[in-house]
Amino acid sequence: MKTWEYIVRRLLLLIPVLIGVTIITFTVSHVIPADPARAFAGGPKAQPETIARIRAELHLDKPLWEQYFYYLNDLIHLNLGKSFLENRPVTTALAQYFPATFELTIFAMIIAVPFGIIGGIISAIRQNKLSDHITRIIAIVGYSLPIFWLALMLQYVFAYQFPIFPLEGRLSAGMTSPTTFTGFYVLDSILSGNVATLLSSLHHLLLPAFTLGFATLAIILRMMRSSMLEVMGSDYIRTARAKGLSERTVIYKHALRNAMIPTITVTGLAFGGLLSGAVLTETIFNWPGMGRFAAHAVLGLDFNAVMGFTLVVAIIYVLANLIVDILYAVVDPRVKLGGG
Amino acid sequence: MFHLFRKSLLSMIGLAIIILLLLVALFAPFLAKEHPTYAEVSTEQGTTQVEERWEIHFDRKLLPPSSDHFFGTDDYGRDIFSMIVYGSQTSLRICLLVIAISTFIGVLLGGLAGYFGGVLDEILMRITDVFLSIPYLILALAIAAALGRSIDHIMEAMIITWWPTYARLMRGQVLALREQQFVEAARSVGARNSRILFRHILPNSLAPLLVQITLDLGAVLLVAAGLSFIGLGASPGTAEWGLMISDGRAFMFHAWWYVTFPGLAIVLVVLGFNLLGDGLRDVTDPKLRR
Repeated sequence: MKTWEYIVRRLLLLIPVLIGVTIITFTVSHVIPADPARAFAGGPKAQPETIARIRAELHLDKPLWEQYFYYLNDLIHLNLGKSFLENRPVTTALAQYFPATFELTIFAMIIAVPFGIIGGIISAIRQNKLSDHITRIIAIVGYSLPIFWLALMLQYVFAYQFPIFPLEGRLSAGMTSPTTFTGFYVLDSILSGNVATLLSSLHHLLLPAFTLGFATLAIILRMMRSSMLEVMGSDYIRTARAKGLSERTVIYKHALRNAMIPTITVTGLAFGGLLSGAVLTETIFNWPGMGRFAAHAVLGLDFNAVMGFTLVVAIIYVLANLIVDILYAVVDPRVKLGGG
Repeated sequence: MFHLFRKSLLSMIGLAIIILLLLVALFAPFLAKEHPTYAEVSTEQGTTQVEERWEIHFDRKLLPPSSDHFFGTDDYGRDIFSMIVYGSQTSLRICLLVIAISTFIGVLLGGLAGYFGGVLDEILMRITDVFLSIPYLILALAIAAALGRSIDHIMEAMIITWWPTYARLMRGQVLALREQQFVEAARSVGARNSRILFRHILPNSLAPLLVQITLDLGAVLLVAAGLSFIGLGASPGTAEWGLMISDGRAFMFHAWWYVTFPGLAIVLVVLGFNLLGDGLRDVTDPKLRR
């Protein structure tokens, strides 16, 4: 009963948050620029006629609250404006680039989560031994790295000096993409039985996914390690050991389950880092995703694209955290019993 | 005992790195070989901005590291070591200003909301909820894009992005502390609310605040470098670490030093803040004391 209540409450909370996010994107796009019409028209080089036209189109002369309702109206009709760099609606562009970013992010998670969790467990079990220290140092260096620099260094070493990985892109040059079922090249390759594109897409995914996931791996590792240590020192673990349960049972059946809980929360928060990191990683690996689209839009002063991207990312992040919160509610018995 | 020593070794290394950063920034004119000049230019928006200018020596371009140029030269012949040294001033300024102002705003709003509760608290919670639903870099990117390319603008953007974190942190601290006995005691002798907040609650909230500040100093540097890398922060020609990496990218394969050394500078400084922050957290977290 309590879990359902929690989930429903969480879902209802979603609505004001989403509205709040639109208020922020509205304020950033319509209030903050010195001249919003000029910003939407493409910056300092915009023609006066374009600026005037945009001012009329976007109702920028009306009072702010009225502008906001026009803005919301556009959003409800899935209209994020036109990207003048790509000469098409922002929504179309984002929809096209979304699968590439999503595939990259999923693979970054595939690298970060299992290795982070396992690394954290091993580190905790071997606390203060050499392997623990080495792991911890790698982890703390890992999230001190600027992600774009890590990308460049990896490119230099593994795509240039010892070229075992490709430099950029999702597939080898000249290869056509597999039949589009989902837009995720790996999945599509499996579904259409295309071994060549399967291998090529995996080969191209590795460096960018590792770059994107490394900082998250480090964060998850540290969280897992510290929560394992905390749990292993607690009373009920001592009881389990006193009962004579094998160390293996103690760790895997009892400690692990409880240590996972804060790790789930951290993973949700780290997802925001993955979305941010995608902007920089995709730029360096020339990955045709939303992040690269945003970076180009920033340089090209394509304001609609930047704001559209911001809103979409915010919505994705909110939904991701919602899923994490619900997962948390399902896993943590304290929520079920109405305690937490 | 050995356990504690190990932990404090890493924190000491962190502290040493930060002190090194402060010294480099302070003594930049003495450490660097080349020096920039500063000029006031007017921007498109009609305001003035300080622009950093370096002397160009095309005959010296893209030289590898040597005893003359410790970190080599860039495509304009500028000494990269000097640029990194002066870049430390820019980085330090950005980090300190952003954190100082965000902390001030956040602690003030969060403290008031947590202490007085009620509608004020609810409003603050909703507002910070929304801000915290957008990843740092993305929000700062949008605001900086709206404001225009300059270091001041990315600082403003980052302040707007970061204050909610401190508001939440302070609010949480105040909520935990205001029910404690010493507050009750103070109230019972007739202390005013402002006195309670300043003399009792604030000093006891300092520890987690200090940890967060230290860790965030590193995070701010990473975001600022990222924004400069995309082209939002420092104007072209400035010796800012992130911008240097962006510039160096075009020459990476035959002039690896251009990209590598500014990056190492960033890694070192962020590592220093992270080690120090970790150490502070271990020292102040009662749960970790055995």
